[in-house]
Amino acid sequence: MTTLDLPPVAAPGPAADPAPTQAAAPRPERKVRLGGITREDVFTVAGAAIGSLALNWMLYERVLPFSGAFGFLICWYLLFLAGYFALGRLQWHRLMVRDRLVGVVAWSSGLLVVALIVDQIGYVLSRGSEAAQHLNFFTQSMDHTGPLNPITDGGALNAVVGSLEQLGLATLFAVPLGIAAAVFMSEVGGRMARPVRTLVEAMTALPSIVAGLFVLGVVIITFGFEKSGFAASLALTVMMMPIVTRAAEVVIRLVPGTLREASYALGGSQWRTVWNVVLPTARPGLVTAVVLGMARGVGETSPVLLTSGFTSQFNGNPFSDHQVSLPLYIWNYVKQPYDGMIARGFAAALTLMIVVLILFVTARVLGGRRPGQLTRAQKRRIDRDARRLEKAAAGAVARPYALRPQEQQ
Amino acid sequence: MTDTTHQPYDAAADPAADTLTLPPVVDARSGDEPLAGLETRDVSAWFGSHKVLERVSLGMPAGEVTALIGPSGCGKSTYLRILNRMHEMIRGAALAGEVLLDGDDVYRPGRRPAEVRRRIGMVFQRPNPFPAMSIQDNVSSGLKLAGIKVSKEERQHLVETSLRRAGLWDEVSTRLHTPGGALSGGQQQRLCIARSLAVSPDILLMDEPCSALDPTSTRRVEETIAELRGRLTIVIVTHNMQQAQRVSQSCAFFLATHDTPGRIVEAGPTEQIFENPRDQRTSDYVNGRFG
Repeated sequence: MTTLDLPPVAAPGPAADPAPTQAAAPRPERKVRLGGITREDVFTVAGAAIGSLALNWMLYERVLPFSGAFGFLICWYLLFLAGYFALGRLQWHRLMVRDRLVGVVAWSSGLLVVALIVDQIGYVLSRGSEAAQHLNFFTQSMDHTGPLNPITDGGALNAVVGSLEQLGLATLFAVPLGIAAAVFMSEVGGRMARPVRTLVEAMTALPSIVAGLFVLGVVIITFGFEKSGFAASLALTVMMMPIVTRAAEVVIRLVPGTLREASYALGGSQWRTVWNVVLPTARPGLVTAVVLGMARGVGETSPVLLTSGFTSQFNGNPFSDHQVSLPLYIWNYVKQPYDGMIARGFAAALTLMIVVLILFVTARVLGGRRPGQLTRAQKRRIDRDARRLEKAAAGAVARPYALRPQEQQ
Repeated sequence: MTDTTHQPYDAAADPAADTLTLPPVVDARSGDEPLAGLETRDVSAWFGSHKVLERVSLGMPAGEVTALIGPSGCGKSTYLRILNRMHEMIRGAALAGEVLLDGDDVYRPGRRPAEVRRRIGMVFQRPNPFPAMSIQDNVSSGLKLAGIKVSKEERQHLVETSLRRAGLWDEVSTRLHTPGGALSGGQQQRLCIARSLAVSPDILLMDEPCSALDPTSTRRVEETIAELRGRLTIVIVTHNMQQAQRVSQSCAFFLATHDTPGRIVEAGPTEQIFENPRDQRTSDYVNGRFG
């Protein structure tokens, strides 16, 4: 304590000066605890949880004429909140109790969402691994597999290839169109921008079966194309384009206007500004837009259902003949009354999730850098320059950039 | 610190003059060409029905630094943006009068704004390097935006020359491939100056280039302006009286009241405006009695 006792301000006598220096050995610093969870908090939550569980069991199982796990959980949760409120009221101020109660609700909602996702993934994982653990699931298609064949025969190679090809084609169509529409709405603007935006917004809510019907009616029936992976990719394009457009427009609008001004002040035309300044600056966001679109497209079943046709055979050519994709494969096999087929359906669902994961990671790695981040090539160039400089410093003649004679002063 | 003498520029006496010539391919102005001056005749400007400038006539002598001073909202920045046709990018903006670059009206029908802006560069209040580009690409971005193709050596040379002119080369020569956004504010602003210089403009407009910078960075930018003097014509808007006095050779004082649009109260050599103003309002403003 003595080290912090300052001399009184009113008496700055010379005797007060040596005081700080006397305390030569300072006490070890101790960090003050800022926030965080205290034991009190944990016990309050745990106490409320246990107490409400016991009360709920008694009420639910013994007193009230209810049954069922779902109702039990809901009642437990409500009793828990009430118990937590009561326990909190015993220790804390009213405002503080309200604050913590909201905190507990927010926490439990978050946990619920995580639990649901873990449950979904875990369920598919456990059901799907039965068939997916056999390598033949990824190397064979269903050409010669009957309904009662064991799961060591047949697989989803045809569906994986079909999904990738259809999604690839749809991305190829939807991304340029979507980004062009976004550039039109945010950069060109004018009187037509608003109706286009309204239309795009309406399209995001388009029921996916309608997209399938549209392609079925226009491309397959009217123009006479056969049902194929290409037709399916057109239907997926209809689904993906509005998503890409919306997301891309948002990120393009986020590009600061000062950058556009700077580009115009350098003599850039509008489209060069968009191409060289606006789109590169918005690139990480555009990647997100593309990923969102692909996420929408890869899992769509109903547009594909009407347009690609189902086949159990391998077909690597999306432009002719029926081609099956993963969602369609799942839909088709999971409803069959054979255990092997159901297992294959779940394995395909697992595969679909893995494909999605791989696609997302790839997209992030390829294009998701923030503007300030360096690519590997840039880092290499920097290293090279640094080495050259070192050489120059060591007395070699090499300079980072050779100066012209008249510039060497 | 900065060169504040008001003698006409003498290229032969300037030791740096011959060291910084650009290669002929990408440089239209290699020194012996006459510098272009800028002149406006009766320029008025409106935003919608609101008139912000009233018959501004001003000559900005070639190779000199002209400072535009005046309180906020008096139309200096609008005037500056009129000079390189950035004014028309604002919705509802209108204009009357002539802006003569080398005697040729930049608003002549059929003249492309992009071409005018390439000859009349601009540096903005807040540094705005392109965040998606490296330092080097930022400097050469003007070529890309104007669709000019140059060889790699020429590009590298141009990058170095422009950065040297902007006084930034020594600080960034080892990290030309790093992003421009990673520099400090003052360095970013000099990068923006280098970027403008790379397309070899005749005129450089600066809209309060130091108002977002600390004093040290401000000094470096002012030094850069002093070094550029004589190489091209500079028009600078500033709120800082001392800065106007330090960097400019001629000066124009703008003033607007709440019911009259902005107009020039007094214009002339900087010395005269600051030491011997003819108008009482000018005297009040430069001596800090209002504004």
